[in-house]
Amino acid sequence: MLSDALKQKFDAVIARYPVKRSAIVPLLMFAQDEAGHVTEEAIQEIAQRVGVRPIEVIEDIGYYSMLHRRPIGRYNLQVCTNISCMLRGGGAIFEHCSKKLGIGHKQTTPDGTFSLEEVECLGACCGAPAMQVNYDYYENLTPETIDALIDGLRKKNPASET
Amino acid sequence: MADPITLTIDGKPVSVAAGTLLIDAAKQVSVEVPSFCYYPGLSLQGACRMCLVSIEKMPKLQTACTTVVTNGMVVHTETPEVKNARKSMLEMLLTNHPLDCPVCDKGGECELQDAVFRYGAAETRFLETKIHEDEKKFSNLVYYDRPRCILCYRCIRVCDEGMDVNAYGIGFRAAHSEIIPNRGEHLECEECGMCIDICPVGALTSGTYRYKTRPWELTYTGTICNHCGDGCKTTLSVRNHEVIRANNRDHSGINGEFLCVKGRFGWDFVNNPQRLTLPRIRRNGKQEESSWEEALSLTADKLKSILAAHGPDSVAVVGSNRTTNEENYLLQRFSRTVLGTNNIDHHRTADFSSLVGALTAAKATDRYATMENIVGAKHIFLIGNDPTHQHPLVAYQIRQAVRQHGAQLYVISQGDIKLRRQAARYLQVQLGGEAAVVSALVGASALPNNLIAGGSEAFGAFAESLKSAVDLVILFGDAIRGDEVRTMVRWGLSMPGETRFAPLGDYANSRGAADMGMLPGNLPGYAPVTDESARRKFESAWGQATPISSGLHIKAVAEGIEAGRIKALLVFGSNPARTFGLSKSTLAKLELLFVAELFSTETAECADVVVPATSFAEKSGTFTNTFGQVQALKKTMRKAGTKSDLEILLALARLLGHKWSYQSADDVLREIIALVPGYAIALPNLLIGRAVATRPEGTPPPLEKPDLIFSSRDNLFGSGTLSRYSWALNSVDEARKPYGHEF
Ligand code: SF4
Ligand code: SF4
Ligand code: SF4
Ligand code: FES
Ligand code: FES
Repeated sequence: MLSDALKQKFDAVIARYPVKRSAIVPLLMFAQDEAGHVTEEAIQEIAQRVGVRPIEVIEDIGYYSMLHRRPIGRYNLQVCTNISCMLRGGGAIFEHCSKKLGIGHKQTTPDGTFSLEEVECLGACCGAPAMQVNYDYYENLTPETIDALIDGLRKKNPASET
Repeated sequence: MADPITLTIDGKPVSVAAGTLLIDAAKQVSVEVPSFCYYPGLSLQGACRMCLVSIEKMPKLQTACTTVVTNGMVVHTETPEVKNARKSMLEMLLTNHPLDCPVCDKGGECELQDAVFRYGAAETRFLETKIHEDEKKFSNLVYYDRPRCILCYRCIRVCDEGMDVNAYGIGFRAAHSEIIPNRGEHLECEECGMCIDICPVGALTSGTYRYKTRPWELTYTGTICNHCGDGCKTTLSVRNHEVIRANNRDHSGINGEFLCVKGRFGWDFVNNPQRLTLPRIRRNGKQEESSWEEALSLTADKLKSILAAHGPDSVAVVGSNRTTNEENYLLQRFSRTVLGTNNIDHHRTADFSSLVGALTAAKATDRYATMENIVGAKHIFLIGNDPTHQHPLVAYQIRQAVRQHGAQLYVISQGDIKLRRQAARYLQVQLGGEAAVVSALVGASALPNNLIAGGSEAFGAFAESLKSAVDLVILFGDAIRGDEVRTMVRWGLSMPGETRFAPLGDYANSRGAADMGMLPGNLPGYAPVTDESARRKFESAWGQATPISSGLHIKAVAEGIEAGRIKALLVFGSNPARTFGLSKSTLAKLELLFVAELFSTETAECADVVVPATSFAEKSGTFTNTFGQVQALKKTMRKAGTKSDLEILLALARLLGHKWSYQSADDVLREIIALVPGYAIALPNLLIGRAVATRPEGTPPPLEKPDLIFSSRDNLFGSGTLSRYSWALNSVDEARKPYGHEF
């Protein structure tokens, strides 16, 4: 069930656009924020609200790599390996994350805490190598800063959060 | 019309209408511009860049499929630059392509293969590992192989624009882009297979045809679909006396490339192992296999003794609405002369007879609508039918008319039909409301408010909008029958322009059954049996007298069997036990129940004699579609053990002492052309595969009982006996959705 708060948000967002379908991506982001991924119900609801076929919403989810149709980890580590980051050791950063978490590209740890993804330029070249965790950016990464970050996130166990 | 545009293509001057696309203008001077995503009739995509040409005064190469011609344009299609661009585009399309042509289902008829042969380069600069994806089963009938897909969007567009189903999308992006179905990993759709047919490569393949053969090993025969009343042309591909595919190969005729799920996949009842191939005779309460001689002579002997003891009217005949005109014509001749009774009827699904009567009375027999009239129509009035389910080609053509030239569609219906999406006006009614609205339109009666959703206000708005309609094409289902047809015609003819009419009946030859006089009160061509001069015409051709008063309609026959007055029932290609609810105990009262059928239906199970009939693929003849257009059926293959109704009737007539001189279906057709009013058609037109319109004229007797006309309301996947024995039609989940379900 989509929450009432989310539905109200949908109303507000759609009202902002002269052409309703322009609201699809922001609506998907809000829906994903609430459930962790875009649920089938959210797809139907969004399609119906902006007046397109569900398949068109599904197309958008596939197009944008930050939208997910299946559940992913509580923290999604998106490591940039595009040109600037590559030159500054982005590849090694990705490998380090992979080894530490025991998962590869687009995989999730069994406890559902972390997912890992190799992504294209995050627009943070000046701080390369860079990574995005959910909506937060981390720059000038080294294996040490990554260890600290991951350990810190693990301590913030989502199950103990209220 | 605007002045034509003149331009030069490869040095050849050409004049075309304003608005023409460059790629089409090139065709007029035999210049071939290669293309993949361009598809006439669909929206422009500009996705594949195969059609690049050089246009003077334009900086870069241009796509010929999206460029509209202008005066003085100078185009070159064979410059080194253009040739190079084609090579590069093909090289790019092949980067992830498996090039598995030797084992690909499309090999030999693949547009990519042809283009690479003609324009491609032999070498590739791409040396990375190809991206592989396993083949996906979208449904039992549609499979998708991502590596072969060239992302031309044809499947998406034909499903959106042609079918209005919108089942496909593009998933992911860049080199990982792929076609995705609407329900997760699967399709939920009309399963028409248009997407398979239109796919230029072997990416979309058919569940019934894939990997069975190479296309050049097949024999192709153009014939007509056997399922609904629309009469689509189809090409059956046969190997070793087995049909393995159907598509309208040359895109000709009233349906172009269209086939619905029944036409494209539902022919497989022909190959069903449950087909009857030996006659059966009931002995001591049990049916046992017998020889043809035994089955037919037993039938003839029983008929002789019943006729001698109880007279001709103790026998009744039920004909088919899916056998040929020739067979129907012979069947009524058999009934009227060999048996001597007018007790002949069939399942009537639309009131063709009343339309003929009404148009003849109004001197307007030039106002029968044809399928082509729908495509060209500006205003279409659809009353009491759901073409998406009952007439898939009609639905397709209505969508074309609305999409291509903005036709206005007006709909009156009980349920919320899918075509409402295209309708400019829609009026929802209760049972019986269709006829009430028609009669209110003509002012013949006041509007019964309770029958219409929205009451008189909704009706008023609907009637008002109809006022602007000209050249209306009126399509009506079983809700309008008898006198209501006359009322509708009166109203229609009072409208401006040339109003045209077409009844929408179920099944491949419902119209032909009525036209050929398979009715208790009608001779072939709609003259009443009581009309002496009409009778004379047939009697002198046949050299025999025919009965002078109307026979019993099917419901009266049922009562007659119950009361013991009807002793023998001959059933050809129909299943009255199911259609008319004749129970086992009723049928058991008969002294002789003879059935000619493809399968052991509920009726056949009760029969004293069952003989195995040939299917549409195994015989020649003609069908008349629900619009009265006659088309030729061609024999595609043989089925050992079966006989056509024509052969069965000739044999029975001979055994009953009648010498008929017909050698083939052609002989019967020639007689139909000579004798049946409205059927004076030109044979050559038929033979070259045209749909030849008929214009029957006559004064048939009024409809005896309104409820003699009723549609089966089959859903998109149904057509009575035939669809029950089709693996393909029963294999898809969608077949279990109720009539009226929208995809
Ligand atoms: S599946 Fe076929 S029709 Fe569809 S995009 Fe791919 S190549 Fe084109
Ligand atoms: S089979 Fe027909 S309805 Fe289904 S996806 Fe293909 S084109 Fe669309
Ligand atoms: S629309 Fe009718 S005639 Fe055409 S393919 Fe379908 S069932 Fe056959
Ligand atoms: S290349 Fe990594 S952020 Fe731009
Ligand atoms: S045919 Fe012109 S871009 Fe595909």
